[in-house]
Order: sequence, then structure tokens, then C-alpha cells
Amino acid sequence: MKWKESLFKDFSKLGPLIGLIIMVIFLGFMSDSFFTLDNIFNLLRQISVNALIAFGMTFVILTAGIDLSVGSLLALGSALTAGLLAGGMDPVLAVLLGLIIGLGLGAVNGLIITKGKVAPFIATLATMTIYRGATLVYTDGRPITGLSDSFAFEMIGRGYVFGVPFPVILMLAVFVILYFVLKKTVFGRQVYAVGGNEEASILSGIKADRVKIGVYSLTGMLSVLAGIILTSRLNSAQPTAGEMFELDAIAAVVIGGTSLMGGRGRITGTLIGALIIGVIDNGLNLMNVSSFYQQIVKGGVILLAVLLDRKSN
Amino acid sequence: MVTTPFVEMNGISKSFSGNRVLKEVDFSIDKGEVHALVGENGAGKSTLIKILTGIHKRDDGMIRINGQEVHFSHPKQAEQKGIMVIHQELNIIPHLTVTENMFLGKNMTYGKTGILNTKAMKIQCEENLRKLGVSNIDPGDIAGDLSVGKQQMVEIARAISTNAELIVMDEPTAALTDREIDNLFDVVESLRKQGVAVIYISHRMEEIFRICDRITVLRDGEYVGTENIQDVDFDAIVKMMVGRELGNRFPQRDHRPGDVIFEARNLTRKGLFEDISFSVKKGEILGVAGLMGAGRSEIMETIFGYTEKQNGSIYLDGQELSIKHPSDAIKAGIGFITEDRKSKGLLTDFSIGDNISLTNLKSISSNGVISANREHQLVAELMDRLTVKATGAEQETKALSGGNQQKVVIAKWLGIKPKLLILDEPTRGVDVGAKKEIYTIMNELTKSGVAVIMVSSELPEILGVSDRIMVIHEGKIAKIIDREEADQEKIMTAAAGGE
Repeated sequence: MKWKESLFKDFSKLGPLIGLIIMVIFLGFMSDSFFTLDNIFNLLRQISVNALIAFGMTFVILTAGIDLSVGSLLALGSALTAGLLAGGMDPVLAVLLGLIIGLGLGAVNGLIITKGKVAPFIATLATMTIYRGATLVYTDGRPITGLSDSFAFEMIGRGYVFGVPFPVILMLAVFVILYFVLKKTVFGRQVYAVGGNEEASILSGIKADRVKIGVYSLTGMLSVLAGIILTSRLNSAQPTAGEMFELDAIAAVVIGGTSLMGGRGRITGTLIGALIIGVIDNGLNLMNVSSFYQQIVKGGVILLAVLLDRKSN
Repeated sequence: MVTTPFVEMNGISKSFSGNRVLKEVDFSIDKGEVHALVGENGAGKSTLIKILTGIHKRDDGMIRINGQEVHFSHPKQAEQKGIMVIHQELNIIPHLTVTENMFLGKNMTYGKTGILNTKAMKIQCEENLRKLGVSNIDPGDIAGDLSVGKQQMVEIARAISTNAELIVMDEPTAALTDREIDNLFDVVESLRKQGVAVIYISHRMEEIFRICDRITVLRDGEYVGTENIQDVDFDAIVKMMVGRELGNRFPQRDHRPGDVIFEARNLTRKGLFEDISFSVKKGEILGVAGLMGAGRSEIMETIFGYTEKQNGSIYLDGQELSIKHPSDAIKAGIGFITEDRKSKGLLTDFSIGDNISLTNLKSISSNGVISANREHQLVAELMDRLTVKATGAEQETKALSGGNQQKVVIAKWLGIKPKLLILDEPTRGVDVGAKKEIYTIMNELTKSGVAVIMVSSELPEILGVSDRIMVIHEGKIAKIIDREEADQEKIMTAAAGGE
């Protein structure tokens, strides 16, 4: 009895991974160009932006929260960073400042939610609008161009290391760090606990407010990091950047098996979720499926993932 | 004269995935009888009830209602035969009125128009409550605003209105004040007179002796016996339940408390409690008695920093503490076992190990990184010390019995090596055997110099365990007495505000 149960449990954990493998094999058969190194790296680079945001979103959702503002925050953070670059600031310094701005904008979300006691959905719905508006005000609705031709800044979005796109390396590095944080650190433990039962966590001495401000700050910073990758890639910051990105990020987390109720989930799942979304986009493009149908397929996969997850619990 | 019992269950057996949870259990109840069903957690009480009410199917055995054999495959069928259950967690929708709750799912309408006949329902609701002798509930009251005791009355009235002939009450007094318990017993008495049978499930022996006619004891899924209540005493029942002599119900306290270690001065939170000053000595157990709602738990939550005090000061080891958050209290060496184990004490979806680690993250980590070794060691040591019965540290705490859950909660607080441990209703929902284990743990803690505050609504427990007793009445200290001078009457009088 026991081994059967545990096997089933492991199987359900592996569900998204098996889904991904099946999709990859299927696309390999359907399209000759799918398994080329170029396409694989292209795919990984495409998902790196969504994955970085989704990693942060995983932390937020583990605390039973949600962050709808990531897309707008990405736009505002990248526009401000681009402004610094266009003003002639040293690119490394500008990027670091940009990340701190992201941290701060995320912390604002966290403060509204904890100190203002506003539900995360409402709080970040409001800041989503505010951050987007602020971006439009700052950029006057126009892209910021003429940023920097420094090697360091080009590297972030366009560079390669031993043939691997730099954004992919960045994403994997962040993944490894966050995996460790969730698994092995006090903060990770607290994130799970706050999402599992906030009251009981506080009564166990956990400063739940601090933990929450922490996860929103982290998400803010990662969103701006994703934004800087985009900015470097396009060599310009778009005021409309990141629109609807929150949906893909939430989808990756949910497909990866993290519970929207908080307390349960894994960042590995999120990476797989982001890969699944990327593979759908990439594969359907290769197969020349219209982008209209792509949306339907993507929605269907999200639904399927959630339904399967429900079954296994 | 031989009468047919209302319900007769014979040789009921049930297994879940090869695990036998009921072995040939017999049970019968007459009309107008109040029949206690007792046993330690996991003895099979709830499985037996679930079989009776059609939630589970029996593997073997026979159920007769009014002499006729029945085979329920759905709870609805049991309901139609007049069998109702009042669960511990009440089935009340808080933002609806009493009337709306009473007619939930079976609204009275004008013919088949679908338009609600609110007037008729209101009158019927009043009538249902009156039949139970309940006069202090208005049909228009919002159910969520009522006390738990009154909500329970509404549920019982609802059951009666559907012609219930057998009502199962599962730990009905767990969340009631003493006055509400009296009201409930009046209602049970009136049910008895109306010929309704009541199966009364409770861990509280005093209540069983007060209202039950017969008692059936289960142990490890087996039928131990059924006795008339006047033929047995407390010790006999406990022996039936645990299968051995438990000895003294409360362990002997044979050591003397030391110097004062904890002191609260003039603690105040407007509207909840006022001017609370008391002290606890090293190795002392201070019992805190009072009616429910007197402010006992609120005082403890404030000492622990879960709610902020408006006035007053707290001293530990002669040092004034500034406690703004539970983490400050923990740092100072104060542990707090909350009244509500499932929602405030445990993360029930999490493993035993995760729960124990939660209060001890500092000691098992360095620079914010958790040492797996130190964690395993701590968890294993504490589980062992408290004899937690589980498949392992990975087991989810929601799968544990009440007693074992409570042991996990105590374990997580022993990890911080507390100087003061506050226990709020530590034995609620815990069976007799585990109760004694918890008392023994408290006893051992005090031997090593830990000061203990125990809030409890069970007077025998207060009297059996405490060195001193503090009685709270409406947010104020009514009396602090030594155990030698205390008795039930003195405490009750003080708790009720008398002299």
C-alpha cells in the first residue's frame, strides 16, 4: 500500500515534467528545426524573461499572495534604468540602481499589503495601473533609445558565454540561488510557513509582515532584471513593455504545481512551467499555427495542469 | 417488558485499505435515551457514527432501525430515517439569519412560485426554538453574531424541525461556556422527554455522568462493553477505555516552587481586561480559571505579544520586557501553546518536523542557512522525549490524533527551552491517556524550574494540576488562591462574579 501511494505522489509531482517531455518529443517529430541547437537556445532565451518573473511570483504565491504589477513594474524599472543609461551613467552602476529601484517598487507593494492590510490582488491591481501610468509619464509614451554601446550592457541581453545566451545563464544562476533559498534557508522555511498558516506562523515567532515585504521586493527586483534583459536586447526601453507578463508568470507557477492557496509548491515546478509555456509558443510557431490558436492551446494547458493537480491531491 | 431499541447495530466491522478499524462492534440506543459513546482517539467512535449515518458502508454486521434492517449508502437516507449529526464544527452560515439557517435547503415558498414565505418561516422558526425551551434567540438575528452555544441551539432546532429521532452530538461542549453547557443539557433533557435519542460523544466524564443513561466504550476498534451509568464510576470507565489502570488521574506534585520568575503588572486592554497583576514562581503551575469570554486567552495573547497591550509591564527574571511581537517573547524564553490547536498552533498540512522546526529556526541554522543535521537531531530528540506516535518526522500533522498533535505543539515549544510556558486549554480534544501524559510533561518541566501558566475550563484539571489558581471574571482578577484552599465551589463562585 505504502509504496503505491508514494509512487503515485512522486508521479504527480513529476506530472508537469512528463508533460514537458511528451511535448518536446512530439514537436521533435513534427518539426525538423525544433531540435536544432539554435532553436533550443532561442527557446531558452525567450523563456528566461518569463522564468525570472515567475521565480519571484513563486515566492509570492507560496505566501498565498499574488502580484499583478510585475509587468508594469518591469516597464517602469527598465524605463528608469534606460533613462540613467541615456544620461550617460556607467552601465554597471545603472543596472544595479535599476535593480534597487525594482526592489523598492516591490517593497511598496509589500508595504501596502502588510501595513495597509490591503488584499494582494487589489493592492497590486492598483500599483499595476499606477506603475504603468508612471512609465508613460516618464517616457512621454515614447521608447527611450540611444542607451549605451558598452560591452557589459550589450552582454546582458545579447551576449553569449561559450555559445550559451547570457540571459539563459543569468536565469539558471538565479534559479540555483532561489532553489537553495527555498530549500535550505530560514527565509525559505518562513515563506512556506506564512503561506501555510499565517496566524500560526506569527504565533511561532515569525515576522510574517517582513517575510511578505521580502517576497514582493524580490519579485520587483527580478521583474526589473527581466526588463533589463529586454531593454538590452532591443537596445531601447518601451513604455508598453511587459504588458500581460503577469499572466504568463502566474501560469508558469500554476502549471508547475504551486498552490494558489499558499504553503505548497516548488520552484523546480515553475521552471518546468515556464519551459512548457515556451515550448508551446515556440513549437506552435514552428508548426505555423496562427497566434490566435496558440492562445487557446496555452489556456487549455493551464486548465489541464490545474485539473490534474487537483486530482492528485 | 422487552422493547425494540430505536437503533440496533450488531457485529459491525469495517476496514480501510486492509486496516481493521472496527471489529464486531455492538451498539444500541432506545428512544428517549441519552447514550454516551466514549473511547480514546482512534478507538473507532467516528467510524461507527459514519457507518450509522451512511457516510461509510459497513463490511459486516447488521443495522436495524425500529426493528427493520437498513442499508444506507448515502447520508440522505439516514436523514430520512431521522438520524442527524451535530458536528463539532457547526454547520451554520454566519452571515445568514437564524431563520434562513434553519430553513437552509428546504425553504417554505408560496406554492411552487419559488417566492419565499418569510413570514411562515419566521413563525415556524420561533416554534422550533420554543419547543426546545430556547427563548433568547431571535429568528432575525444574524447567526454569526450569536455565541457558539446559541448557534448550536439553532442547529439542534433545525435537526428537530426535520423530525430527527436520533441526534448524534460530537463533543458538543468543547467550545461552550459553563452557562451554555447548562442550557445545552436542558435542551438534551427536553429532547429526552420528546422521545428523541441522543448519542453523546465526549471526552468530559463529568458531563457524561450528569446527563447520560448508558455508556458504550470502544477501544482500538473493539467493543469493550455497555454499562448503565449508575453502575460505573470514573475509574471503571477509564479502565475500560485504556485497558489498564491509569492510576492517579493527575500525577503527584511533590516539589516546591522557587522564587518569582515572571511578573505582570497592571496589564490592560480596554474592553477585554483591566489591571491584571500576578506573578509565577520557578517550577510553579499557575492555573487560570474563569468562564469562557472572561478574557483569559486575551491576557495570555497579550503577554506573548500577539496582541498589543495598552498599559502595564511584564518582567521575566527581574528584567522588564518590551514585547511587541511573539518573536520578542520567544527570544525572552516564553512559549505559548494556543487554545486553538488546528488554526493557531499547528500548520496542519506540514510535517511534524517542519512544525517542530518552526519555533527553533534560529538554533538549527547559522547565517540564515538551515543545517539538516541539527534539524534532524532536534526533531528526533523532541519527538522521542514527548513519545509522539507517528510513522516518522515526515508525517503530516493533520493525520495525527488530537493527543499526538498536542504533543507536537508542546515539542516545538520545548525546543526553545522556555523559562515560562503558557498552555491554553492544553488537553482540549485529547483523550484520557494522552491527557495524563501532558500533565506528566508539565510536571517534569516544573521540576527543571520552568514556570507554567495553564488556562483551563475544566475545573478538575485546574484543581488537580495547579499550585495556585487565578480566577478571572469579566477581564479582572477575581481571586488568587492556593490549591490547598481551593475547591470547585470557590472557583465557580469567583468566576461567576460572586464573593
